[in-house]
Amino acid sequence: MTRIAIATEGLTHCFGNFKAIDHIDLAISANTIYGFLGPNGSGKSTCMRLITGLLTPTRGKIRVLDMDIPTQAEALRLRIGYMTQKFSLYEDLSVIEHLRFIAQIYNLDNRYSTQRINEQLSAYGLNERSTRLVGSLSGGQRQRLALACATLHKPELLVLDEPTSAVDPENRRDFWEKLFDLCDQGTTILVSTHYMDEAERCHGIAILESGIKRADGSPSQLMKDLGAQVVEISGDNLRRLKQLLVAHENIISAAQQGTHLRVLIKEHVEKPQAWLQQEFADDMQGRELNLVRPSLEDVFVHCTGEGRQ
Amino acid sequence: MDKNLFGIHNSLQRIYAIMRKELRQLSRDRPTFGMIVMIPLIELLLFGFAINTNIRHLPVAIVDQSHSELARTLVADLGATQVVKFTYNYPTPSAAANAITRGDVRAALIIPKDIAQRLGDERPVAQWIIDGSDTMVGNAILTLKNMPLTNLTTQTLTNSNLTKSTFEMTLLYNPERRSAINIVPGLVGIILTMTMVLFTSAALVRERERGNLELLITTPIKPMELMIGKIVPYVFVGMIQMFIILGLGYLIFDVPVNGHIDQLLLATLVFISASLTLGMLISTFAKTQLQSMQLTVFILIPSILLSGFMFPYEGMPLLAQWIAETLPATHFIRLIRGIVLRAAQLTDLWPDFLWLASFTLLGLFVAAKRFKKRLD
Repeated sequence: MTRIAIATEGLTHCFGNFKAIDHIDLAISANTIYGFLGPNGSGKSTCMRLITGLLTPTRGKIRVLDMDIPTQAEALRLRIGYMTQKFSLYEDLSVIEHLRFIAQIYNLDNRYSTQRINEQLSAYGLNERSTRLVGSLSGGQRQRLALACATLHKPELLVLDEPTSAVDPENRRDFWEKLFDLCDQGTTILVSTHYMDEAERCHGIAILESGIKRADGSPSQLMKDLGAQVVEISGDNLRRLKQLLVAHENIISAAQQGTHLRVLIKEHVEKPQAWLQQEFADDMQGRELNLVRPSLEDVFVHCTGEGRQ
Repeated sequence: MDKNLFGIHNSLQRIYAIMRKELRQLSRDRPTFGMIVMIPLIELLLFGFAINTNIRHLPVAIVDQSHSELARTLVADLGATQVVKFTYNYPTPSAAANAITRGDVRAALIIPKDIAQRLGDERPVAQWIIDGSDTMVGNAILTLKNMPLTNLTTQTLTNSNLTKSTFEMTLLYNPERRSAINIVPGLVGIILTMTMVLFTSAALVRERERGNLELLITTPIKPMELMIGKIVPYVFVGMIQMFIILGLGYLIFDVPVNGHIDQLLLATLVFISASLTLGMLISTFAKTQLQSMQLTVFILIPSILLSGFMFPYEGMPLLAQWIAETLPATHFIRLIRGIVLRAAQLTDLWPDFLWLASFTLLGLFVAAKRFKKRLD
């Protein structure tokens, strides 16, 4: 049986007249990595701030680690680690000074904190840089230090707001390895991203758009339940073909990927390749059409197609 | 050669682009925009209020040992000059001297038993004991030295070749009438206001600007803990500054420290705490470091002009005195001058000490209340 780490019910948050979060229900199992996938301004950060008690919801209920938020937000602080979207560590402290600072703020006892800091330094590959000033670290090193700080007090829940947006692909991969290690040790992780590949690594995701939850579930389930078919078309003049295709009501979207066009076709269309060749007979001549497995990006495009500005 | 890079027209256009951007940004920074108007306005008013070398109504005490009609007439005459205002009555000269030490009065008039005899002998009829530490105050009272005694000497009105002084003048604390004596201790107040308020006024704003605040508010730290933790280190900085100023004042300008060191430390401690708290309060209002700087200047200017540092408190109009009473520097300058120059005890100066202590506690409370560990 799974324990629920984060549960929200009808969670709504307004900034003035603007509904940043609109009736979001979540049930996030403990000991999993859960992702918020959505474009900028979709409410990912707001949702995380509500869950960590930094914002007070306009309506709705939040329970995190069996505590009522925001009433028990202060008690929750001891049990969660939070990594902000913007790098928020003190740049004029050294790596080890910063870790000691965090240890004291969280009241770790002296001997334990020394041992714990050493563990973190080697786990996050910062051993050789422990006396360097935080400001002089590279993007990847900063991110590792931020994670080391956020997990120093061994939080049960780790909240990461777009942790890899300023990190190169290799460091991103390493970063995710660390997240799986943490998850393996029993930590629940809530992460927001706008990278498909990252979202695909999560155990569960919620796709957010304009403050509304468009879909949620495991990435594989979402891809299976897409409700659309994907056809890849190759050939020349793809830009013109795209213009032509998207005008048709049965076609949800078309996106060029290098030398082929990836076309999302509504579910009710039977035999989409044949349908395309029939419907756009002139334009399909000499082109190769392949029915392919939907990707998470297709799911994303399908869910968020409407109402984007 | 690229014409776009070197043409005068293109150059002007680029300058124009920067100018428009600057003006746009300035007009969107409301507080800065307000300061542009407020600073000249306030400064003009403050200077107009404060600069008043024609000092009137200095509070003085009277010790009347003669209990005669003559003494009463003398007091009435002195009151009519408007230079002094008799606010206290003491039975003995030593009680009056204590009042000067406490800072209740700036001078005391001692009228001896034999005033009538002295008047006949054309000797000085009475004695002024003056707190000479502030030379401006001292000079104002010294102008009374040769005041003609027309109302007292009706019978000898014809005998107008009075060459002797009317009063015997005794200047305490600063007999050589050196202005450094008064300036140096006051400067401790001004410099501490400047540095202490500045240190903490930027404290929270800087964390917010650098994004560090978002880290702090997700930790278990409590607002009051954050405030105290940010204030205490600067107490030591302030103490060092106080020692530097008074030390150099002693070595270079020969300004003595007459009071007890423990009294001095205690007074400075409470003032530093009040100033740091004031800065912290500013920090909870300001949105940017620039704004916190401007607000600091806003505190600093009246602190220099109205606190009694440059111009005697008594010389200022009532409204300016009220403003002065709200500034920590005014209270501290009274304290430090009392302790350093007149060897006063904090028990003598307790109202100012109490004011600073209350300000600190209240200010910390308000700042901690205003600081929310929330983003909304």
